[in-house]
Amino acid sequence: MVISMSNTSAETRKNILHLSGIIKRFYIGKPNELQILNGINLDVNEGEFVSIVGASGSGKTTLMNMIGLLDRPTEGKYIIDGVDIDDATDQELSYIRNQKIGFVFQTYNLVSKTNALKNVELPMLYAGVSKKERTERAVELLKLVEMEDRMKHMPEELSGGQKQRVAIARALANNPAIILADEPTGALDSKTGRTVMDLFHRLNREQGKTIVLITHSEELAEETSRIITLKDGNIIGERAGGSYDLS
Amino acid sequence: MIFLENIRMAFTSLLANKSRALLTMLGIIIGIASVIAITTVGNSLTMSISTSMQAMGANNINVMLTQKQQEADERENGIVFGQIIKNKRATENDNFTDEMIYALLTEFTDSIEAVSVSESVGSATVKKNTDSADISITGVSLGYFMANDITMVAGNKISLEESQNARNVAMVADKFVDEIFDCPYIEVIGKDFTTTINGQHVQYVICGVYEYVESEMAAMFGGNTSTTCYIPLTTAQDFNHSRNYANLSIVSKVGVDSEDLARRIENYLNGFYRSNQYFEVMAFSMASMVSIMGDMMGTLTTAISIVAGIALLVGGIGVMNIMLVSITERTREIGTRKALGATNSSIRIQFITESMIMCLVGGIIGVILGIGLGALGAELLGYAASPSIGSIFVALLFSLGIGLFFGYYPANKAAKMNPIEALRYE
Repeated sequence: MVISMSNTSAETRKNILHLSGIIKRFYIGKPNELQILNGINLDVNEGEFVSIVGASGSGKTTLMNMIGLLDRPTEGKYIIDGVDIDDATDQELSYIRNQKIGFVFQTYNLVSKTNALKNVELPMLYAGVSKKERTERAVELLKLVEMEDRMKHMPEELSGGQKQRVAIARALANNPAIILADEPTGALDSKTGRTVMDLFHRLNREQGKTIVLITHSEELAEETSRIITLKDGNIIGERAGGSYDLS
Repeated sequence: MIFLENIRMAFTSLLANKSRALLTMLGIIIGIASVIAITTVGNSLTMSISTSMQAMGANNINVMLTQKQQEADERENGIVFGQIIKNKRATENDNFTDEMIYALLTEFTDSIEAVSVSESVGSATVKKNTDSADISITGVSLGYFMANDITMVAGNKISLEESQNARNVAMVADKFVDEIFDCPYIEVIGKDFTTTINGQHVQYVICGVYEYVESEMAAMFGGNTSTTCYIPLTTAQDFNHSRNYANLSIVSKVGVDSEDLARRIENYLNGFYRSNQYFEVMAFSMASMVSIMGDMMGTLTTAISIVAGIALLVGGIGVMNIMLVSITERTREIGTRKALGATNSSIRIQFITESMIMCLVGGIIGVILGIGLGALGAELLGYAASPSIGSIFVALLFSLGIGLFFGYYPANKAAKMNPIEALRYE
């Protein structure tokens, strides 16, 4: 007998991120050895919109690099969407990054001299998706972020908000388990920042996307479902966020 | 799929920095162009020479008199051009005699098919009413027709009887008939024409009409060039009051090694010249001429190739330099690509492809430029240009190789970038 489980039910939600005892040290064995993360324990379930807040130097960037598989922890266990990264090779990490994580950067990081459509296709290119399928999916995603009329535009022809929307479409390309957004509104004015945040809320509510938002803004963090506060490499607080009325 | 995408990206980034890419490619362009130009000229020269050799008969051996050298070692350098008859002209007494030819034919009866002898009488202008034509009159032995490929369009070649009795008959070119008689070739057989050579009045009966083949030299200078009018050798000797010959052309029998025969003939004939104070005999086959030309071209090609190799090396270093600049400029892009799932090897392949495409484009421009320059060079030398397909292929392959070799280090550097640092790069 097959028991169907609802994704929306909090109790049965699938675990997406599991970090336990994550420690990160730099300059190991040298006089200036530095411990940035002091044993982080964090679980994120499917459909959550989690924000990680902290002042600069709190270790949130390092944590984001760990979650994003751009760096490996010195100690601790990290399982992403059921995959233990401990014994993954660099090439496997590239593959996991490609399949499970959608990055949204503060500075957009669109590839220049390459139009919006090709930028969105990029993760699918590395995933080995066929040309036809790539283009279809990219067009669909650009429609989702309301950028379909700018598909053929080069990044330098787009405004900051538009660039960030293209970047979000790109992050969604391989239907990742998690969207990792690092200060996504940091380079935008409050109005365009607002539209980008609204887009995240829509993706979270309408598409059930799991989002981890890294920010120093308490105000933005309040909108998310869970707020994790980081200080000096330790999680010092974890609480439910306020609600945001998406209208 | 990703391969084509890499090529597309390579072109995008080249076009983004057109002038920079062009300057970088310059070394490759110059290197490839010079190699292609020289091989085109060399190939045209060799093709043209071997074609005309074929027409003259590659197995022919030319025998001529050459001045004895004070220093024997000068001869070792092959034919010393311009040194022949510098101080002293060969006189009637120095020239080859009928006795020598007879002795030669007896000695080498198994190897020699025929001996061709020709003697120039002089140039003349033939006038008829308002028409005129320039001719050069040459007396030829019967062996001449074996040594040279002459096609008759009407009448007959000079016969044995005409030759033995020194008849005043002539074999003229179809072009000459067109210019003077302007009637079907067959109708001029048996007709005669008169002209004046060195103040002497002569009259020849036309015995045959041959097909005139314009030489490349004549074609180059254009205009109304003179045709050759062949008369029996004996007739020419009577006219010149001479009995001896300045040079011989020998047709070897089929299957005889003409280079070896040339050496043996030279040794044999030199026996007659041991007591001659000034002259000795030199014999060389057309085949050896072709190989001498080939050797000369080979030496020249090697020299140019070394220069081109240096240009390509410098060009390659230029490519490496610009690729290093390029990956530094695109550090963030590399970081982004890695974050999006690019593996180290896909980054490496992307940049190697870019460097190879840059070199290939340079190579293609170089090949086009080289063919153009080579064709111009061949044209100036008066030969039909024929680029060497093999060297074009090798040149393009070589430029791809340069791209691979000099692109590897920068591409590897890009591949090994730490994505975190690359993403933070300002």
